[in-house]
Amino acid sequence: MHRLSVARQHGAYEMLQKALTMEPAQVVELVKASGLRGHGGAGFSASLKWSFVPKDKFPRYVIVNADESEPGTFKDRLILERDPHALLEGALICAWAVQAEAIYIYIRGEYFYPTKIVNQAIEEARANGLLGERILGSDFTCNAHTHPGAGMYICGEETGLIESLEGKKGQPRFKPPYYPAAIGLWQVPTIVNNVETLAAVPWVFRLGPEEFAALGTPKNGGTCLFSLSGCVNNPGVYELPMGFPLDGLIHNLGGGILENRKLKAVIPGGSSSPILTAKEARGIRLDFESVAAAGSMLGSAAVMVVDETISIPRLLLWVLRFYAHESCGQCTQCREGTGWMLRLCKQLLEGKGKSRDLDDLYEIADAVDGTTICAFGPAVAWPTKSYLKKFRHEFEALVRE
Amino acid sequence: MNGIPQGLEQKANEIILRYPPEHRNAALVPVLFEAQKSLGYLSPEVEAWAASTLGVTPVRVREVISFYSMMRREPAGKYHIMFCHNVACSMRGAESLQRYLESKLGIAAGEVTQDGLFSLAAVECLGACGWGPAMLVGEEQYFQLTQEKIDKILDELRQGRMPAGDSPTPLIGNVGLPTE
Repeated sequence: MHRLSVARQHGAYEMLQKALTMEPAQVVELVKASGLRGHGGAGFSASLKWSFVPKDKFPRYVIVNADESEPGTFKDRLILERDPHALLEGALICAWAVQAEAIYIYIRGEYFYPTKIVNQAIEEARANGLLGERILGSDFTCNAHTHPGAGMYICGEETGLIESLEGKKGQPRFKPPYYPAAIGLWQVPTIVNNVETLAAVPWVFRLGPEEFAALGTPKNGGTCLFSLSGCVNNPGVYELPMGFPLDGLIHNLGGGILENRKLKAVIPGGSSSPILTAKEARGIRLDFESVAAAGSMLGSAAVMVVDETISIPRLLLWVLRFYAHESCGQCTQCREGTGWMLRLCKQLLEGKGKSRDLDDLYEIADAVDGTTICAFGPAVAWPTKSYLKKFRHEFEALVRE
Repeated sequence: MNGIPQGLEQKANEIILRYPPEHRNAALVPVLFEAQKSLGYLSPEVEAWAASTLGVTPVRVREVISFYSMMRREPAGKYHIMFCHNVACSMRGAESLQRYLESKLGIAAGEVTQDGLFSLAAVECLGACGWGPAMLVGEEQYFQLTQEKIDKILDELRQGRMPAGDSPTPLIGNVGLPTE
């Protein structure tokens, strides 16, 4: 499937051909009717983003966000490695819809093998008239290039990614005014979409927007790739309808908890999402609204399963180690706060904690929440606050005095 | 130019063509990445060369190198190991496996073996959480690590052979029809 000849036997690029016979505005309308939402983490409507491009500003660019670095998330890797032409086709349809002249596929530096496969796919597409001048005999000209990241979580944030692509430190920009659709790469209109989002676009055309939408729930069109990891028997990537029951994913498809242990908690949307206790997680459905109603978020649909043998303070240490390492350093409260929280958590686990450390930990998390340029602040605050609130007894048990 | 790996100049010129001519400095990260691939690290000579080739200030080059965790200004081992110790891998025993790997290599994370063969970095998430514990050796990816699998990989590397990686990534997920 990663070779063009095989992909074309399965209909690759037929939907691009169809899109090229439509007006760009019609393409946006069609995707709008499908209810396709971004699979990068925020769940923002894909077509709405496309429609924000100002009418008279050129050139324009499409960026594929293949930085996939939210811990627990590993689904885009499979698309890059196994179905890169679906991604290229979707990105080209998007580029036609917004009249972009080039596509940059920003792939995290650690993805050496996926990058190799995508580069191969680009070469094949170029050699067969699917990229470059006058694509498929139309008037549309568009190129695609990969661009490597070099190991920074924050470059998955769309404005951080743009800074990085411009050859700088990937420190996020203020929004407003820097909404990429209006002021993006090199200050021109830029659409940044996740790999999975764009790879779904050909399916919107193939099935038709109504049938695509009907796969999911009313506000969540289509299917979703769930990354299942942690203490389950069959971790992996599962493509399921939006709104699929969490219990079914863990106990049925996932094969249940390792060694028949008891479920303690679930992190439903990547390491940034608030934790759900086993009780809170029971019976919920996996779509953006349902997970939010349960007190967390679907995020990048990275479901991490925590069993009874995992200590929550230890889990917090792993999470904080990550955020302290990845803070880009731009905002003081995040740069200093993440390191401070990590030190407090370490002290607790080393048996040197005081009871006021728990309050400090919570207060620092609170101070970082919502006060930073980008969403990194909440991304570290939410897990920290939810672990402390819901599993306070485990933290208290570590306090000496 | 002295100290610039052969072929790098040409490679850089190819990369620059991906960007509009007025934005050639966008090639900075990919060019440094290529330089590190061929030299093993980013030397002061490479920094100066990258700055003049791409028309940016030397301080901008240094700033970028210090920002990205995969870039280094010190030589690594012939085989650079990036071992994941993030959340999902740690839930599957990555921490004790890291200690095992360190004892086998005789170094701690962040160090290079005396013979220069191996260097080890404990890293934050390789995007392989369903197949953890996971690591990269150079550009090769290895998943579902156990002590035995690590032994095998190190043995082959010591004999100068690069063991086949887990590419493409396996599909562990059950492919049956969704049932509720």
